[in-house]
Amino acid sequence: MSANTWTIAAARDALGKGEISAVDLTMSCLTAIDAGDDLNAFVHKTPEIALEQARAADARLKGGEAPAMCGIPLGIKDLFCTKGVPSQAASNILKGFKPEYESTVTSKLFDAGAVMLGKLNMDEFAMGSSNETSAYGNAVSPWRRKGSNVQLTPGGSSGGSAAAVAADLCLAATGTDTGGSIRQPAAFTGIVGIKPTYGRVSRWGIVAFASSLDQAGPMTKSVRDAAIMLQAMAGHDPKDSTSADIPVPDFEAALTGDIRGKVIGIPKEYRMDGMPAEIEALWQTGIAMLKDAGAEVRDISLPHTKYALPAYYVIAPAEASSNLARYDGVRYGHRAKLSQGDGITEMYEKTRAEGFGPEVQRRIMVGTYVLSAGFYDAYYNRARKVRALIKRDFEVVFDEGVDAILTPATPSAAFGLGEMADADPVKMYLNDVFTVTVNLAGLPGVSVPVGLDAQGLPLGLQLIGRPWEEAPLLNYAHVLESRAGFVAKAEKWW
Amino acid sequence: MAIDIDTARKVAKLARIRVEEADLPKLAGQLSGILGFMEQLNEVDVTGVEPMTSVTPMRLKRRKDEVTDGNIQAQVLKNAPDAREGFFAVPKVVE
Repeated sequence: MSANTWTIAAARDALGKGEISAVDLTMSCLTAIDAGDDLNAFVHKTPEIALEQARAADARLKGGEAPAMCGIPLGIKDLFCTKGVPSQAASNILKGFKPEYESTVTSKLFDAGAVMLGKLNMDEFAMGSSNETSAYGNAVSPWRRKGSNVQLTPGGSSGGSAAAVAADLCLAATGTDTGGSIRQPAAFTGIVGIKPTYGRVSRWGIVAFASSLDQAGPMTKSVRDAAIMLQAMAGHDPKDSTSADIPVPDFEAALTGDIRGKVIGIPKEYRMDGMPAEIEALWQTGIAMLKDAGAEVRDISLPHTKYALPAYYVIAPAEASSNLARYDGVRYGHRAKLSQGDGITEMYEKTRAEGFGPEVQRRIMVGTYVLSAGFYDAYYNRARKVRALIKRDFEVVFDEGVDAILTPATPSAAFGLGEMADADPVKMYLNDVFTVTVNLAGLPGVSVPVGLDAQGLPLGLQLIGRPWEEAPLLNYAHVLESRAGFVAKAEKWW
Repeated sequence: MAIDIDTARKVAKLARIRVEEADLPKLAGQLSGILGFMEQLNEVDVTGVEPMTSVTPMRLKRRKDEVTDGNIQAQVLKNAPDAREGFFAVPKVVE
């Protein structure tokens, strides 16, 4: 097996034993990336940086005592600012932007010896569920329906990350998740993705979408890899005032496989009308696996679930409209060509009309509207009150002894690129129905591949944990992963 | 609540995004659809509920009010579309 197909854990062990060099491991990924252009996952390739980092990693490995991520080749979502490397959040408004600084997450990964292969495609400003709003064009899933050559979405917004990991262009990738942008693409492509507790990972240097919801996390080929990579990403950062100053436990050590006596809640409100029978069957399979491992399964109620999506689509655009006000054509990125007599207002308006794509414009305007005088209370404040109730729903079940919650990750398998083009924007938003509650409540959530649908496409389940309890959450995910034994890979067509 | 064309024009103006007159009806329709979806929130009894302002209950950290950074003018201006003589340059503003 070519080394680009390895897990982080396997590569770490091989690097540690000197069975492969970081340079050779990196080369195998660079070769796979060049052969994978049809997936449009890597949108800025950085082979020189990768090889320089790999050589440094080899030197460090020779010295012994290298960290777990030393020499591991990664893809980095375009939302992360990387010094001297294009970082444009898949938007034309940041075309040509090369940050003069490094995000905290990428700094930590590089300090641990990780290798950056390049920047990954995504929905523009992480606003989308199919990677179809990207200024770089669609990322394409390596997966196809049985006997079909229709191009499918890898999900979004971390679609490039999902496609790259699933197609073995890299060992793992960074993602970010504001309403499901790690977990939904992970589920669509048969990989693992965890959104940590809000505050576990620093947001500094990550292009902001909705600051009270955004959180970065790893997208990997296994739960163990998610534990290893999250370890390197997590921790307090004085530069992010919402980052938590609490110890980070050893996530990999928590993967004991022992979940006897743990209480897993099954929320009845996640049984949606019109949900495909396959999703329901998958959920039942997951329940049986956790029971079989000795967990107690309990029916629970999260009564405000139905209101999570409308609350999210008030709060996230409101925060986005404030955050994206900075793109004005003055300090960085695109500035529109002005006509004779145009003043500063025309400069703002033309720059933003040219630079932002339609979905981003729509969300900025929705956010502007719900924050405007006369509507602030009716929409924004009401949504924040509903958000408090959604969070309380979870607190109640956790107080009653529930350790984690099992739900489907998505309401369907991956759909075809362009299939939702004529649908109204709200239909696309429904993709986030199972994931968005977790962001609103600030909880950790992980998506684990559990099976294939009748057309041969991956389906995932989501586990939701208590705040700051990513370690036990990853252990439940590990149990689910072991019992599901998901090993399917996309058949190579690219 | 349905968004009419005048409201759509006003929102675009507030958001500082140029929208051509011909595109306003479509925008108004889409905004109406999205806001209609949000109307569901009116079904929820929120009496006595405080709006959520912080995801994790914690006191923001404080630090001494002192300069911790600086002397990086060139870096600050590096990505500017138009920088001159150490400043960001914009069209003339006459009030």
